[in-house]
Amino acid sequence: MKIKRIGVAAIALAAAGALVLTGCTSGSPESTEGASSSAVITTNGNEPQNPLVPTNTNEVGGGKILDSIFAGLVYYDAEGAPHNDVAESIETEDAQTYTIKLKADQKFSNGEPVTASSFVDAWNYGALLSNEQLSSYFFESIEGFSYDEDSELTGLEVVDDTTFTVKLKQPESDFPLRLGYSAFFPLPESAFEDMAAFGENPVGNGPYMLDGEGAWKHNEKIDLVVNPDYDGPRVAQNGGLSIIFYATQEAAYADLQGGNLDVLDAIPDGALSTFQDEFGDRAITQPAAIFQSFTIPARLAHFAGEEGNLRRAAISKAINREEITDVIFSGTRTPAHDFTSPVIDGYSEDIPGSEVLDFDADEAKELWAQADALSPWTGTFQIAYNADGGHQAWVDAVANQLKNNLGIDASGAPYPTFAEARTAITDRTIQTAFRTGWQADYPALFNFLGPIYGTGAGSNDGDYSNAEVDQLLDEGLAETDLAAANEKFQQVQEILFQDLPAIPLWYSTVNGAWGQSVENVQYGWNSVPLYYEVTKSE
Amino acid sequence: MAGYIVRRLLQAIPVLLGTTFLIYFMVFAMPGDPIVALFGDKTPPPQVIEQLRERYHLDQPFIVQYFIFLGNIFRGDLGTSFSGQPVSEILAATFPVTLRLAVLAIFFEMVAGITVGLISGLRKGGIFDASALVVSLILISLPIFVVAFVAQYIFGIQLGWFRTTVGTGAPTQDLILPALVLATISFAQITRLTRASVIDTDTQDFVRTAASKGLSRNRIVPVHILRNSLIPVVTYLAVDFGVLMVGATVTEGIFNVPGVGRTLYQAIIRGEGPTVVSFVTVMVLIYLVVNLLVDLLYAVLDPRIRYAK
Repeated sequence: MKIKRIGVAAIALAAAGALVLTGCTSGSPESTEGASSSAVITTNGNEPQNPLVPTNTNEVGGGKILDSIFAGLVYYDAEGAPHNDVAESIETEDAQTYTIKLKADQKFSNGEPVTASSFVDAWNYGALLSNEQLSSYFFESIEGFSYDEDSELTGLEVVDDTTFTVKLKQPESDFPLRLGYSAFFPLPESAFEDMAAFGENPVGNGPYMLDGEGAWKHNEKIDLVVNPDYDGPRVAQNGGLSIIFYATQEAAYADLQGGNLDVLDAIPDGALSTFQDEFGDRAITQPAAIFQSFTIPARLAHFAGEEGNLRRAAISKAINREEITDVIFSGTRTPAHDFTSPVIDGYSEDIPGSEVLDFDADEAKELWAQADALSPWTGTFQIAYNADGGHQAWVDAVANQLKNNLGIDASGAPYPTFAEARTAITDRTIQTAFRTGWQADYPALFNFLGPIYGTGAGSNDGDYSNAEVDQLLDEGLAETDLAAANEKFQQVQEILFQDLPAIPLWYSTVNGAWGQSVENVQYGWNSVPLYYEVTKSE
Repeated sequence: MAGYIVRRLLQAIPVLLGTTFLIYFMVFAMPGDPIVALFGDKTPPPQVIEQLRERYHLDQPFIVQYFIFLGNIFRGDLGTSFSGQPVSEILAATFPVTLRLAVLAIFFEMVAGITVGLISGLRKGGIFDASALVVSLILISLPIFVVAFVAQYIFGIQLGWFRTTVGTGAPTQDLILPALVLATISFAQITRLTRASVIDTDTQDFVRTAASKGLSRNRIVPVHILRNSLIPVVTYLAVDFGVLMVGATVTEGIFNVPGVGRTLYQAIIRGEGPTVVSFVTVMVLIYLVVNLLVDLLYAVLDPRIRYAK
């Protein structure tokens, strides 16, 4: 999971619908073949929140770097489709046991070979309880994983130098889709001698490598150069990457305007209405894999059972998403049509029941009246949010619409800090509806559904539980065919539209721009530019 | 003199203990669990949270945490940030940058402020005085981020005289623009302070005496008027040093200066207790030292002031 904490607000302010997406991307990578240059690309980043150990990095600042210096079994193209990177093949017959073959003769940038053990050891390290890795739970579906004691991943077995097998606790058809995520990157043997030192000067197997010891200048930048040993599909078309850490998006944007920065993937709020004019066809707005919603837990008074469902539907219909995305976000968010994101394979706008997202004040009122007939409404409807994240404007707008369209008392309930809001949500002391968002870890429908709406799932903050949903999720996971699996996941969404455990609001978008001297800038499914494709005139 | 300095330094000990305790308490009292926030909108398994809380002693009561922190400090260990970097290293990397920025800013505001204030004071009521008052009023009323953005846009982006943000290693020429911006906060204050003080001194008996002795204006102004007018200004500069450290938070953000303000701000947002307290401690220390220096400077400006008992 890559968190874009400060970025979420800004990314979130981005624009455009799914249709714009394809039209806006820059020249296709094919056109540049052979046009590689040796100039170094400068781009924006954030000081990594954690040491650069793949299993301990769960935010964008560090993730961007890791994705450049490591190659996983697969990588994702701009559309989010996985392709083999280090892997030769990933095969399964039952979606539970996977046989993974690696391409031969791969090397880390220190000369160590990339073998099956490089993966198995790295995953075992990441999963081990006492190693306290932030992404340890990515391994929870592998046999042997435990939260309660140090335990080996018994489901991993090295067959030979370039082959290993993975046995999961249960079938999970989207397991291969996850393997491009940084938690699943391999580690060289030298890493295990001193992980702290490794985190400071990581050695990877990706298209780039650190420009020597101390290339990570804390709080300033990190310099990457092309890794000559990498012979995978993500061939660098430039001479390297200088990721400059910015404290504010404004500073990064000023540098782009001033010609000190080549590629930017976050436009500050203040420039959202002007950056397209300023940069013309060097500006981009495309949907991100970020879904925004608010959750109304069933434990709140009047929100359980049939009454709750009627009230949720009424609330959903009382919100004019188009108007809010236009007025509050100046058209820089896309009203939601489902519970996932348009950049995910299998996405559909026409899931039965999605009409509940269409604004209809009359019907909203009527649904609310039906609920009142079951049990009359009392109290105030509140939506909690963190005041440090730029959410007040839209929460107030939503509350106003609920007030006007349902005739109830509604308001926002600000928590001063993100930490405070999240703590109240995780320990369940929160007694109101609350803002929720989900940024995908890997491009799969299941990632937007399983972790949030499955009974007892990790991020099921609203404690939603529906046996049918659980079963469909399991069935989808057990399919070996992705299309068949996606069909099950869309059925899950049909049920979610009836129950509305979260009220879908809109998708965030990524807004970016680049300088005159660079070309072939494409932004990936996760909103991070595909740096290796970027070319720069010298 | 030496005794005075030692006494002043000893006084710093309770001040430091008091401030670290207060700061630690305030960081601790910040609502919300910083570990939970590390995971963004996603909820990590409770076991993972527990482990991490343990690692940073967040599961201990406040007072225990504070003494663990103090104990570590005495062993010379300032702890590590969430990113695994020793806080002492972060301090060593960021403080020199902010100090350079602050010293530059003080230099600018002193040169400009005292010059303008002196001329204004000597030509009270003239056109120069009137326009200086208007300009300083405008600068006082402008929030620093407005000044910073405008300066960045005009001199960085449009004219290209300066880099828009500060480059690697924060070379001093890149710090000039942010320092000028920082200097605007106090430039107006110093101008006005100097002006008032100059007007006041100008009417003193000793100035009249000097004039009646036949001394030229060229000698009276620097030696008699300016020197005696500077005492309140120097006092202000000491306080101003603290203001600059605070103002740096905004300016450093806008010009991306890898200094104290920016780092401290991020540490506060992340709830990294040890980092925040270490930073503030060093800031308090610097503040105390600067104040001591300023007190000692008085003796230079006014030989009647003596520090011996």
